[in-house]
Amino acid sequence: MFSFKPDRSQYPEPGPDGKLEIDLETGKYLKLWHGPNHPGITGNMSVELTVCGDEVVDGKTHVGYLHRGFEKLMERRTFIQVFPIVCRVCVPEPDFNEYCYAAAVEELADIDVPEMANWIRTLILEMGRFNSYMMAMGGISGALGLGVVGQWMTYTRDLMLDRFEELTGARIYHMFILPGGVRAHLPEGFEARMEEVLQTAEKYLADAEKLMFHSSVFKTRTKGVGYIDPALFERYGVTGPNARAGGVAKDVRKDSPYLVYDQLEFTVHTETESDIYARTLVRYKDLQETIQLIRQILRKMPKTGEVMSNLPNVLHWKIPRGETYIKGESSRGEYGYYLVTDGTGYPRRINVRGPSYTHAMALLEHLIPGTNISDVAALMVSLHTYPPEIER
Amino acid sequence: MSLRDVLSPFTAWKHVIDTPVTIQDPFNREAADRYRGFHQNDMDKCIGCGSCEEICQNDAIDMVPVEGQNAGPGDSGLRPMIDYGRCCWCALCVDVCMTGSLTMSNEYTWVDSDPDAFRFIPGVDGKSWDLEPKGYQREDTRRLTGTTRAPMGEMEPEARIGNFDEIVDGFTREQAVIEADRCVECGLCVATCPAHMDIPDYISKVRDGDYEGGLQILYETNPFSQACGRICTHKCETTCAAMHEGDAIAIRWLKRDITDNVPRERYFDLIQKPDVPETGQKIAVIGAGPAGLTTAYDLARKGHKVVVFEALDKPGGMMRYGIPEYRLPYDVLDHEISVIESMGVEIRCNMRVGHEISMQQLEKAYDAVVLSIGLHQGRSTRVPGSEKAEAAIDLLRRITAGEEVPVPEQVAVIGGGNVAMDIARSMARLQKVKYDKVGVTITALEELDRFLADAEEIKEAQEEGCVIYPARGPQEITLEGENVTGLRTWKVKAIFDDEGRFAPKYDEADEMVHPAQMVVEAIGQMSDISLLGAELTEKLEWNRGRIMIDADGQTSEAWLWAAGDVTSGPDVIHAVADGHRVARSVGKMLATKREKLQ
Repeated sequence: MFSFKPDRSQYPEPGPDGKLEIDLETGKYLKLWHGPNHPGITGNMSVELTVCGDEVVDGKTHVGYLHRGFEKLMERRTFIQVFPIVCRVCVPEPDFNEYCYAAAVEELADIDVPEMANWIRTLILEMGRFNSYMMAMGGISGALGLGVVGQWMTYTRDLMLDRFEELTGARIYHMFILPGGVRAHLPEGFEARMEEVLQTAEKYLADAEKLMFHSSVFKTRTKGVGYIDPALFERYGVTGPNARAGGVAKDVRKDSPYLVYDQLEFTVHTETESDIYARTLVRYKDLQETIQLIRQILRKMPKTGEVMSNLPNVLHWKIPRGETYIKGESSRGEYGYYLVTDGTGYPRRINVRGPSYTHAMALLEHLIPGTNISDVAALMVSLHTYPPEIER
Repeated sequence: MSLRDVLSPFTAWKHVIDTPVTIQDPFNREAADRYRGFHQNDMDKCIGCGSCEEICQNDAIDMVPVEGQNAGPGDSGLRPMIDYGRCCWCALCVDVCMTGSLTMSNEYTWVDSDPDAFRFIPGVDGKSWDLEPKGYQREDTRRLTGTTRAPMGEMEPEARIGNFDEIVDGFTREQAVIEADRCVECGLCVATCPAHMDIPDYISKVRDGDYEGGLQILYETNPFSQACGRICTHKCETTCAAMHEGDAIAIRWLKRDITDNVPRERYFDLIQKPDVPETGQKIAVIGAGPAGLTTAYDLARKGHKVVVFEALDKPGGMMRYGIPEYRLPYDVLDHEISVIESMGVEIRCNMRVGHEISMQQLEKAYDAVVLSIGLHQGRSTRVPGSEKAEAAIDLLRRITAGEEVPVPEQVAVIGGGNVAMDIARSMARLQKVKYDKVGVTITALEELDRFLADAEEIKEAQEEGCVIYPARGPQEITLEGENVTGLRTWKVKAIFDDEGRFAPKYDEADEMVHPAQMVVEAIGQMSDISLLGAELTEKLEWNRGRIMIDADGQTSEAWLWAAGDVTSGPDVIHAVADGHRVARSVGKMLATKREKLQ
């Protein structure tokens, strides 16, 4: 019905080494800064585009707008004092930081976590995943001009933030998963209120599906755009929905189950096209799976039990020499914390492996040439990246 | 691309008739019940331990003095001031709070045009949410610092009753680490300890396994650390921050752990006399108890020549002749005193002042004299027949000295203090050896929960077979000819009158006769001041039978100081504190004297 073929006649041919010789003096090329203040950029980073007409011939990613030095800050804090700041590494889905850090400390300090706490942790991670996917769905729609979906998703996410507030005592930075367990049990009547949120979400998602996956505009703008060759997955460290959209059925929750994922039933959804549409569809299906998982967790979890084990005196807590890497499947892919301890009261080194680091920098740079200016935002959002995670 | 793909987006129009979801007035939206909002602090519960300040990773909390909150036992008088420009509402301060005083309200918003308003002292600077019951608080017990005391091993009652072996095992390394780990280093104990021992510092040395460093810290303030590690009345543990939601730290046992873990010969390397010039000034100390020997230790370390005159056979005073060996073994005491002697202190035993040497001679021969003679004379109930009673303190001394003491099958002890328990348990041991059974009755005026003795002393006495009759007042020691046959007591109705004066009232109808062939009085001691001589006694100023001293322990005579139980009391750590105080005062006087001579 619709067709659009760009006229590439004005494009310079690449040189023999495959690289473009871009000479701005010719007036043929223009430098365009996409971000850091641009609604089409996810968070505080920017892409320096070289355009020819409205075609992008080169893109360079720039980070550094958000550098807060968290990993260094952590080295100057006691093990318990790190707990309040890890969540800030990733704003939209902070709970993975809390879980990974707590689990790493627990492993090196040999602390047992009560069963109940593991269920609540899993619940929180899935709630966080719900929020993050909502944001991604809203983001991709917004980047393509479908503002209304963005509003629905933001509203639904807000309802989930209410549940976070009553469970953890905060909306964004929950600071709830302490080393040793979690801070509290579920509040009275939580399951019923959560069910209401999930039903509202399902209602809006059904509508969103019509606006996105059954929309000619959305399909035209996303199908075949932003293709990632599955051969590049390993080279660029592509994980999570970005890889699953290219047919790689990898999910840390299934491949090396943590918390209580081995007791939960869920499907790892894949697509094969590896383009923006496929990535969005995988996220959409994953979101449905998450809603199902939240229900399943609330149904299966024990009703009573301790949620926190006794810690050694945290004011002078020393953890024996050791190192560990704890990973989990975040909404963007494999999320990990590498913790090194040296027997003192402070972490020797903490390294955060956020999937955005690879996706938003190297991979994005690779994908940008050849796209249209207006596709850059959609391409970037389709990779679902959070710059705070890049700049730890 | 199908027609459906063109039409389906238009389904979004159905939401046009939806009610708006935006909250119109966010300021009136109530936060969740456990929302972490602005802090509340219960002033009745807060002890100013500063754990909140310690844990805060943002340095948002400062402990500040507050008007109306006075420092006192177990309360620093400081309260947390929170800077909300720094606070990140993580609530670790709430989680770590030792008393549960700090909580958070669910106050969502607070608007003020003055930025300084966002730095205030919760609970002091009144806020609208102060009484709000909702908001974050710990769900259950404190989990971030240990609440349960590490168990201390001790000999079973059956094993210990037939001998005078030490009862308490001392911590194992694992137990010591668990116990030392619980300390939050608030220092409330330091303020409570009469000698102001640096408790958090030496506990941290236990944690680190640096026992030699710990020993050096102990000796900075207490040359009787080994004794205090065993028999201290541990007032510090009554103000420990950990006791509010759990057990107080076993500070005494941790002190003992340090002293036990340093080889005895290493003491002499670690606790050396400072390299100071000899002053040539001489001090006589009368009585080789904890007060006298602490004074001697301090003054010797300043380069003075100190001679201690001890009336009895061996030094140690009440620690040797009052406290039974099963609580404080003699070899520990001997070693402790040998460390003090290594500072150059000369101890002359069997030198009873007033007999072998007079106060006048001491006054002439020495630059200063310190009187630390303790309380070695037992008080009497003066009830009929009491002339036939034994004084607990005499009996204990004779047992220590190895003298033969009569051991009848049944003994009645009058008194509810530690001395009463000491003599009861000592006699119980002698009875066990002689008759293979225990027949000791303890009676006291107080109810059991008001006994002056330590709770563990009472418990252990009962375990060893001593039978306690609380709230019973002695009326007569019954005699048959010259022999004691028992103790007649009445039930106590009240010990003090309406004005708080000692005036026991009895229920005469509730009479008991405790059969006993020996009655021991353990109702308190006094000093034997006969050594002073009539002339000096006349010259000195007195206060209710005790020598009057100034704030530094100096008597009305410029050359004479008094320290220890003779002026205050009633335990080793107070005597040590007193010894330091007097040593400082004497040292000051000696320095002034030296300056004048130069």
